[in-house]
Amino acid sequence: MDTGQFQRIDEFTWEIPPRGAMRVPAIIYASEELIRDMDQKVYEQVTNVATLPGIVKASYAMPDAHWGYGFPIGGVAAFDPKAGGVVSAGGVGFDISCGVRALHTGLTRDDIEKVKTDLANQLARDIPAGLGSRGDIHLTDKEMQAMLSGGARWAVDRGYGEAADLERTEEQGCMQGALPEKVSAHAKKRQRNEMGTLGSGNHYLEVQHVAKVFDADIAAIYGIKEGDAMVSIHCGSRGLGHQIGTEFLKSMVVAAGKSGIELPDRELACAPIESDIGADYLGAMRAGINCALANRQIITHLTRGAFARILPQATLNMLYDVSHNTCKVETHKVNGGSMRLFVHRKGATRAFGPGHPDVPAPIRAGGQPVLIGGTMGTASYILAGTEESEARSFGSACHGAGRAMSRRAATKRWRGREVIDELGARGIVIRSPSARGVAEEAPGAYKDVTAVVDAADHAGLARKVARLEPIACIKG
Amino acid sequence: MTADSRWEHFHHGADIGVRGFGATKEEAFTAAALAMTAVITDPSHVAASTEVAIACEAPDDELLFADWLNALVYEMATRRMLFSRFKVIIEGRRLRGTVWGEPVDVIKHQPTVEVKGATYTELHVDQTENGEWRAQCVVDV
Repeated sequence: MDTGQFQRIDEFTWEIPPRGAMRVPAIIYASEELIRDMDQKVYEQVTNVATLPGIVKASYAMPDAHWGYGFPIGGVAAFDPKAGGVVSAGGVGFDISCGVRALHTGLTRDDIEKVKTDLANQLARDIPAGLGSRGDIHLTDKEMQAMLSGGARWAVDRGYGEAADLERTEEQGCMQGALPEKVSAHAKKRQRNEMGTLGSGNHYLEVQHVAKVFDADIAAIYGIKEGDAMVSIHCGSRGLGHQIGTEFLKSMVVAAGKSGIELPDRELACAPIESDIGADYLGAMRAGINCALANRQIITHLTRGAFARILPQATLNMLYDVSHNTCKVETHKVNGGSMRLFVHRKGATRAFGPGHPDVPAPIRAGGQPVLIGGTMGTASYILAGTEESEARSFGSACHGAGRAMSRRAATKRWRGREVIDELGARGIVIRSPSARGVAEEAPGAYKDVTAVVDAADHAGLARKVARLEPIACIKG
Repeated sequence: MTADSRWEHFHHGADIGVRGFGATKEEAFTAAALAMTAVITDPSHVAASTEVAIACEAPDDELLFADWLNALVYEMATRRMLFSRFKVIIEGRRLRGTVWGEPVDVIKHQPTVEVKGATYTELHVDQTENGEWRAQCVVDV
């Protein structure tokens, strides 16, 4: 993008003052280089979001922002229900509550290196991944209802994991306010055989080592140090979330016309929070969040099983589980007062600062862990939420590297087998049911994750704590 | 597919666009459906052996097109199938389709990605100056 379109507030803050139908400014947090590399569509989308009814303060885009659906991916916007604020199916996205879960292993890189091929093979055997894969769990109607109400808590009650996992999961593993009856029969049918599956696309399970610690104090609070081995799981609400997104997108487009909301883009489909369709969507979307939390909980259990076979001394305690496609009700300070807002994060991670009551007590002093997924050939990062991010982005930060190249361009440039061999030569074991899928997800198809997290750190959205590099990756 | 119908993919930052052309709206819809299968696998490797009926309804052509692709996504997901032959009849706001395919075979089809849904991004159903129909949108993968 041309940087001349912005008012540069400081080195990492780029503002578009309100004009036309915009109700508030649009603000992008990024370095000059990242802004130059961003698609012009990000500008269009972040300003379109600023036109929606009831938006508060600003429409934000994170340093990894790229062309999304209605909202940019990396978009954050908060709405006031008392001012006619809206909830948007497009603002949450198709993969409701897609997120990242990080686990300690209690082991070091050296422990893993000796058995990494066996471990990768075991994980690939035990965790269903890719199109057409099914889990061993088949939900009855009654169990589906219980799962959609209970989330990860339901999974733990059924023997998938431990109660301690819930304390380290956003919402303590169970999103309140879910209305399973607002989830269609189609959505439930799509999910019936998909519990505990990784999915495809950019979803993965990775065994990583802590290559560098940047903030020793917070790392100590989180219980991580250089040389530690960790596990990272990236996936979401599978078919159920996709179906909820698809169905409400259509009904919100049709309803918006009737309620007089002018949509600059149909994908920005939304409904007043205080409307029947708004309430129905919130209830269904929260059930979708529970599905994602349950899914990551079951995958955690399968991961523990795979480790137990290869490395029985592994402990696999959770660091944290955070979602990046959600709409959550939160209280934020605005203009000196306290406001109850509906905060949409589309491809953006919640990043609450130190002392926040929603951060689990054992790690509260460090701030909420912000888990940033990188590519299978570069690195992932653990950041910590800051107090500043509350004022700058409703307590939000980036979520990943963001694509720099389309899937089509990636498959023209790389072959899956070559990518796997090249990473293998660097000591990284890749297991995937699809060679073309690996080519589409080639590390070179993504932006430089380090530039993204540096920008988030410099902009005050989150503080860099540690860099993690891959040892083995199971790709969906 | 007739001689006048063809499909292509187009660029989207994170995902991929599917576009079908045809002498009629129906042909453009079926060509775009083939383009969606081609996001997942090589359609020539998918045998048209099992028949599935599709029905949808929407207030305009564009929403009907997204509904058509989403109905296919739903059938692919719940039946664990891929489709390679499509027939569509559009009457006003209603679409009736018959599609043919086979169950997913990971070894044979080497599926790349799962399509999560058809989106309203770059969603267009229109006729070009020479009368050819075009139907397109971005699919989320």
